[in-house]
Amino acid sequence: MIRNVEVLVVGGGPAGLCAAQAAASMGAKVTMLERDYVPGGQLVKQTHKFFGSEKQHAGERGFQIGRMLLDEIQADPNIEILPETTALGCYEDGVITALQGDKHLKFRPERTILATGAAEKFLAFPGNDLPGVYGAGAVQTLMNVAGVKPAQRVLMVGSGNIGLIVSYQLKQAGVEVAGVVEAAPRIGGYLVHAAKIRRAGIPILTGWTVKEAFGKEQVEGAVICQLDDKFQQIPGTEKTIACDAICLAVGLTPLTELCWQAGCEMKYIRELSGHVPVVSDDLETTKAGIYAAGDVTGIEEASSAMVEGKIAGYSAAASLGHSPEEAARLRQEAMEELRQLRSGPTGGKINAGIEKVKQDGGVVHVNLYRYSH
Amino acid sequence: MLISTGIPTEEDLQGVMPPAQRRKLGPVAMAECFQKIPCNPCVAACRQKAITMGNDINECPKIDFDLCTGCGVCLTKCPGLAIFIIDETYGADTALVKLPFEYLPLPQAGQYAMGLNRAGEELGWFKVVQVIKGSARNLTHTICLEVPKELSMEVRNIREGGYRDE
Repeated sequence: MIRNVEVLVVGGGPAGLCAAQAAASMGAKVTMLERDYVPGGQLVKQTHKFFGSEKQHAGERGFQIGRMLLDEIQADPNIEILPETTALGCYEDGVITALQGDKHLKFRPERTILATGAAEKFLAFPGNDLPGVYGAGAVQTLMNVAGVKPAQRVLMVGSGNIGLIVSYQLKQAGVEVAGVVEAAPRIGGYLVHAAKIRRAGIPILTGWTVKEAFGKEQVEGAVICQLDDKFQQIPGTEKTIACDAICLAVGLTPLTELCWQAGCEMKYIRELSGHVPVVSDDLETTKAGIYAAGDVTGIEEASSAMVEGKIAGYSAAASLGHSPEEAARLRQEAMEELRQLRSGPTGGKINAGIEKVKQDGGVVHVNLYRYSH
Repeated sequence: MLISTGIPTEEDLQGVMPPAQRRKLGPVAMAECFQKIPCNPCVAACRQKAITMGNDINECPKIDFDLCTGCGVCLTKCPGLAIFIIDETYGADTALVKLPFEYLPLPQAGQYAMGLNRAGEELGWFKVVQVIKGSARNLTHTICLEVPKELSMEVRNIREGGYRDE
């Protein structure tokens, strides 16, 4: 049986939570699919205080923000949360299918908000299949969700905000961090995070990479080496680091399978870290009634994902005739919030990427029938 | 270079350091925030309205050292843990450095902790005068450390654990 729903939100991370809340606050009936047993996405693992302004709950820790948003939407009679429910497919007639335990669910939403987030990138090097080579997200899940110490001594690869923050969290959990290697000549993440781990004695090596991991049954160490300005390994600069885990924090890429399946026009935008759906200012994709918000539209901070969620939620609700004037006003406010967040140097790359999305050309048209049989 | 090592340079610090004249008058805040990022909780935290950043949330904070009383509220609110309170009037030869701290175990007042500089290098054992615990919601603790006056601009962290009683 296909269930008719008004607004279907796919993904319960920062964007999805805020989208659900915004749409429901205008009077829309919202159903949220969350593959984990509880919504919150990456927020549940973030033990550090968030940046941004008061409007995005700056100064609160990620898990606190997640809990607060979750409390609010759980108390909202207009929102139905379906946990442990993984969206499987988005069909050309707009039907979305999902797996909940052994049940195959089908939804026909009037509006869909895709807030599927991102996936971690991996790095190719000899030995990267050894037990002990982790993605940063897994390390955070072990430490901050499951309460399991992932290793005794870790080499961190990547100095973006995730690499810096997870290094800090490892140190807080009593794990030694041998160092952070960063292929680029500059630290990628916020310098306050870098300064915080540096004064705790964690070296940050820019212009270095992991050459190989070694170990018999699991990681026993890593060979790191310096890179030249063309990112080529410099022979003779190798150093051996003893460690029982290597943590990869080498970036994220938008999780866009559902956008592709839906037949949204897609573009490869380097600044947004991968293929992203072409969206309007309302965050509606080129498929009418399907919106996208958060990292799926380009890799950015959780604070902007939350604001994007609001924009998509208000837009979807307004398009269904729910409090259109109030929704338009609040959407305008959210757009101004987003503009401010992106107005500095760190937002420059994002703005450049969004401009490229808007320009003509580079659009990938999907053959709808590729996905149907 | 801060951008390649995470360690602010002397030049970086000169731009945000309270002047020596001001430091002789009592406790004062120092925001070691050098990069334009979208963040402004310090502005709202300051009851003296000593911290400003214009209209752009991406600006670095500016502290009016004449208005600042060194109360330390901003220290616990800064998401980057980048604000420190320096009191060079604390003792004849010593200064009090207040620093944000989010590790366990916490030292107890009266114990000695290994002081670290911005590169995480050891500077010596210094007395923990007071530990102000963060609230259940805030969770950032403040360590008040008595250091030789000439190290007031050097000590920026303590090593977690291994505290000594004398």
